[in-house]
Amino acid sequence: MSFTFNIKELAKQPPKLLPGHRLCAGCSVPTIVKLILLAAEGPTIVATATGCLEVATTIFPYTSWNVPWIHNAFENVAATASGIEAAIKAMKRRGAFKYERVNIIAFAGDGGTYDIGIQALSGAIERGHDFLYVLYDNEAYMNTGIQRSGGTPLGAATTTSPAGKVIPGKMQHKKPIADIVVAHRAPYVATATPAHWADLMRKTKKALSIRGPKFLHVLAPCCRGWRFDMHLTMEIAKLAVDTCYFPLWEYEKGEWRLTDRSLVIAKNPKLKKPIEEFLKVQGRFKHLFKPENRHIIKELQEYVDMVWEDLLKRAGIK
Amino acid sequence: MSELKGWRELPIGAIPFKLSTEFKTGDWRTFKPVIKQDKCVKCLLCWIYCPDMSIVWDGEKVTVNYDYCKGCGICAHECPVKAIEMVKEG
Amino acid sequence: MGQVKTQVKGRVMGLNGNEAVAWAVKQCNVDLVAAYPITPQTIIVEKFSEFVANGEVHTEFVPVESEHSAMSACVGAAATGARAFTATAANGLALMWEILYIAASLRLPIVMAVTNRALSAPINIHCDHSDTMGARDSGWIQLYVEDPQEAYDTTIQAFKIAEHPDVLLPVMVNLDGFFLSHTLQDVHILPDEVVKEFVGTRKPIEVYVPYLGKKVPLKLDPEYPLTFGPLDLYDYYFEHKMHQIEAMKNAKRVIKEVNEEYAKISGRKYGNGLVVPYGLEDAEVAIVVLGSTGGTVRYVAKKLRKEGYKVGVLRIRAFRPFPVEDVVELLRRVKVVGVMDRSVSFGARGGPVFLEVRSAFYDEKEKPIIVNYIYGLGGRDAPPSLIESIYKELLRIAETGKVEQLIKYVGVRE
Repeated sequence: MSFTFNIKELAKQPPKLLPGHRLCAGCSVPTIVKLILLAAEGPTIVATATGCLEVATTIFPYTSWNVPWIHNAFENVAATASGIEAAIKAMKRRGAFKYERVNIIAFAGDGGTYDIGIQALSGAIERGHDFLYVLYDNEAYMNTGIQRSGGTPLGAATTTSPAGKVIPGKMQHKKPIADIVVAHRAPYVATATPAHWADLMRKTKKALSIRGPKFLHVLAPCCRGWRFDMHLTMEIAKLAVDTCYFPLWEYEKGEWRLTDRSLVIAKNPKLKKPIEEFLKVQGRFKHLFKPENRHIIKELQEYVDMVWEDLLKRAGIK
Repeated sequence: MSELKGWRELPIGAIPFKLSTEFKTGDWRTFKPVIKQDKCVKCLLCWIYCPDMSIVWDGEKVTVNYDYCKGCGICAHECPVKAIEMVKEG
Repeated sequence: MGQVKTQVKGRVMGLNGNEAVAWAVKQCNVDLVAAYPITPQTIIVEKFSEFVANGEVHTEFVPVESEHSAMSACVGAAATGARAFTATAANGLALMWEILYIAASLRLPIVMAVTNRALSAPINIHCDHSDTMGARDSGWIQLYVEDPQEAYDTTIQAFKIAEHPDVLLPVMVNLDGFFLSHTLQDVHILPDEVVKEFVGTRKPIEVYVPYLGKKVPLKLDPEYPLTFGPLDLYDYYFEHKMHQIEAMKNAKRVIKEVNEEYAKISGRKYGNGLVVPYGLEDAEVAIVVLGSTGGTVRYVAKKLRKEGYKVGVLRIRAFRPFPVEDVVELLRRVKVVGVMDRSVSFGARGGPVFLEVRSAFYDEKEKPIIVNYIYGLGGRDAPPSLIESIYKELLRIAETGKVEQLIKYVGVRE
């Protein structure tokens, strides 16, 4: 299935996420939401977990949401979406809901997905609710002030995994959350970044064309938490893909496909950049470049290579 | 800031009653993006990447809505033809 | 239970309290039931699953992976305009805790049956009120029932109360675990169409939204972009709590009205809806009680009254909102009141019901001596002999005017 987007036409429409929101300057999350809602045609209901996106877009009495929207709590956006979806089914049965199909989209950060929200997510996928779960992954609890999460990568300094003299940052790898969702045999799972915007919009559109639970793992560079200049947000997302730190892929009915830039790199391995390219532009990894911590960069490189090689095999490229 | 409402005046269920477009975030800005119209190729990449929905496309011309632009500079950095310049606010 | 002339013929079924609840839910046009199994609530959900599996209801049943998700799904569904129901007990209610407050604050008229059970540890599956008493400040209406018939009737009433435009608060229907949940009684079931007409279909209220320039239904609907569950700072949170305070006040009136309306279709009435008095016209001593123990207390009171003792009972049906006016009015001339609490508020001066009753009388000139009996924790039986000994003690206090022990733990071994 291929989708094309006429941005010049779409850009004339009133936005579904309005300006005047109070996410940080240079934040990637509003761009992610904007692109996803742009790709989501037709009636849409959005649920959002507690986090930066929720807080900064709904400071009473203001709302930035030009679509029906609900925030329930931190760990339960998948359960909330389950309730919305199931309620609509029942209300249709008694003729009290007029739309044939509604896009139900749940947004949650890494804390709300990898950690506190994984139970509700797993349950909702197992039950097969027809909804799209979007993980915007800024790799730490940014809303509470940059604490490590299950999505924080090896070596990253956060306020609860500081770069100390004995422990130089987080000492564990990022949890392979999208693989965990794939292991549920969800009908559609994909990774994306806002920088690769057409890929993100295409995946959104595709996901919404499929019935059942879908999962989009979107990398969300965070200038405050990752410590980089705010104009570099999209550049860093591109570096994450160019170094294969965050490969772009999609999984559907047992098949894995690399997409966009990752497919290009798979076909031309010389384009794969070393992980240092991604790390050196971010303050959270600064300490790794000290001689005594260099081994962590090596370890991270080995991990990235292993995951990438595995992905190439899964995608039938090797 | 407008006057705060009393509880009897508020809609039930704590639903917000204003759109955030009434809240101007433009005063967060230190540098402002200025589009050189002669260089602009109207690819709309700036519109796509802008986190603050502050790039306006009217079908003919790309402009900036300074009411909301926070001055992050993503548009200038990503512009493929370097048609956007970040200028210090006066 | 007061008898009023009944106008409709239903049928009588041998049901336990849980099944009675399931039957009520079946007849109430519920769109969503999301629940998780926990003893002693499970029969409600099992029975309801049968109705779903056999196509007897239009309801969507969501067998969630936890009680937290059960309440979360109910919030999502109710916000979408659906009628939602769940059931739980003890630890399950505790796991829902966070979302109880959210359901009430978002003004979602969810109905939940709680089969009262002791909270761990040690783990105990039997009845006490520690679970729901802990949730008394969550913003939910709490109705405590005495028998399976009342469980059925109250569940039907609960939807009507919850969805009343002046209320819009979730309602907990509390039935004592095992004593009611697993005990069979002849339950009068109303005809389906009578219940359906009584509760109607849920119609979300309309609210004026300035940015839409019109009144729109308060629900998640693609036609109207409403935002539920925003961030409130110190400038508006307090005002939103005032809405809930006002709604709880209104609930007192609505619970009474619904009790009257329901009597017209069923012939059954529970006091004034908030409290169920017995023998208080001339009582010298009285027991205040919640739930199934109310039946035992009334049985003992009847016996003692036959023997010439002036004893009475005040069963509190609505603990939230707390019927202060009724409690004061009905007990002000009683000499001694014994308040029975089936839960402990550790470190407090008495159980939760005692604290409410005592506090209700603080400003009154005419007031009884009020003492507290903590009983029945973890399912410990409260037989007639225990109740009789309490009445005898209250009579002694009335005679001597002396209280030896303000708070007594009864039925426990030293």
